[in-house]
Amino acid sequence: MTNQNLIKYIYGIADNALILGQRISELCGHGPTLETDIAMTNIALDLLGQTRSYYQYIAELSKEDITEDDVAFLRKEREYLNVLLVEQPNTDFAHVITRQYFFDEFHFRFLEQLQESQNVNLQAIAKKSIKEVAYHRQFSRDWVKRLGDGTEVSHEKIQLAVSNLWPYTNELFMTTNDDVAAINSNHGIDVSGLKNDYFNQVAEVLNEATLKIPDLDFFQKGGKKGIHTEHMGFILSDLQYMQRTYPNMKW
Amino acid sequence: MSNLKQIDQELLPILKGVSDPEIPVLSIVDMGVVRSAKLEDNNHVKVEITPTYSGCPAMDVIGDDVKKALSDQGYQPQVKLILSPAWTTDWMTDEAKQALKEYGIAPPMDASADKAALLGQKKVVKCPQCGSKNTTLISQFASTACKAMFKCDDCQEPFDYFKCLT
Repeated sequence: MTNQNLIKYIYGIADNALILGQRISELCGHGPTLETDIAMTNIALDLLGQTRSYYQYIAELSKEDITEDDVAFLRKEREYLNVLLVEQPNTDFAHVITRQYFFDEFHFRFLEQLQESQNVNLQAIAKKSIKEVAYHRQFSRDWVKRLGDGTEVSHEKIQLAVSNLWPYTNELFMTTNDDVAAINSNHGIDVSGLKNDYFNQVAEVLNEATLKIPDLDFFQKGGKKGIHTEHMGFILSDLQYMQRTYPNMKW
Repeated sequence: MSNLKQIDQELLPILKGVSDPEIPVLSIVDMGVVRSAKLEDNNHVKVEITPTYSGCPAMDVIGDDVKKALSDQGYQPQVKLILSPAWTTDWMTDEAKQALKEYGIAPPMDASADKAALLGQKKVVKCPQCGSKNTTLISQFASTACKAMFKCDDCQEPFDYFKCLT
């Protein structure tokens, strides 16, 4: 595995946390109740904290003289390797919760395995993050059940969210060339191995929430290779605005 | 798991004087945030600190406060942030738990009781104001990442509970 393989592999993990963290941050002050608002911003904070740990490690690995900020703010859209799921818009609270749940259920399993990585840095970040993600998953899982098995309106809204976001679940388990290089050198983990357990668990929760799983053969993909949905450009223009307008600015 | 052995005696009182900026009654030593502090040649000091949560915004301030406290005493400090082993509430001293309670934050319980409390299954978290166990979970997340929100059904006061992280 080359250094470049490892860096791109870590981008694949870190960019998920950054973009989802950014998406939830947009909700700060707009949550449906004070408690959910605070909970979502707490989750965003955890994700951005995790992102920083990964980006600091990338900056260390890089041969150029860069910092975590360069990595977060100065890449082009095609250089972000997050899955399409996390960039989907905050349509309504049902979509926010469903997106979160679909990601959390994956994220927890992913970190569980990453704790076994031979790479001591990734192992340390995984051991730290998984404790936080356990709380995220508990929160989003509870809300899926509450909305699904709630009122007629909440059920209808979250069923729509499940149908809209379901096509983005499969990409979580696809492997890129950098994944393969990282797996073969025991730095990375094989996400395809998490798939069955993931879909079984999700089916169980959706079933308990009285929600139907869409009958689909076609799934979206591309984010892991840098090919994003139309939403990504808008996220980045917001995220990168300050650094692009005032280059090298600091707090 | 105490980390006190990893802190040089000479430095301990100085570090004990540095508090968590979000919970000022807690010393960062009693929190378990300081993992080691070693005195080296020529007054150079190496300190290792670890975050409670990855996104904890207090870490930068804690790092700066440690540097300032040591520089003020004539040391030349170097502060390093480490992630492994990951911080756990088990590292909080009994002193810290008592200080939390007196400050109005319910201290973390053991892992199994914590899980039951945060799932809303059992009434086990004690109100730090009146001591009643007749309390209800409002939200698993609160004013900072490390806390959950509860209310007391007896004295009617809302309060924070420091979540267990093991």
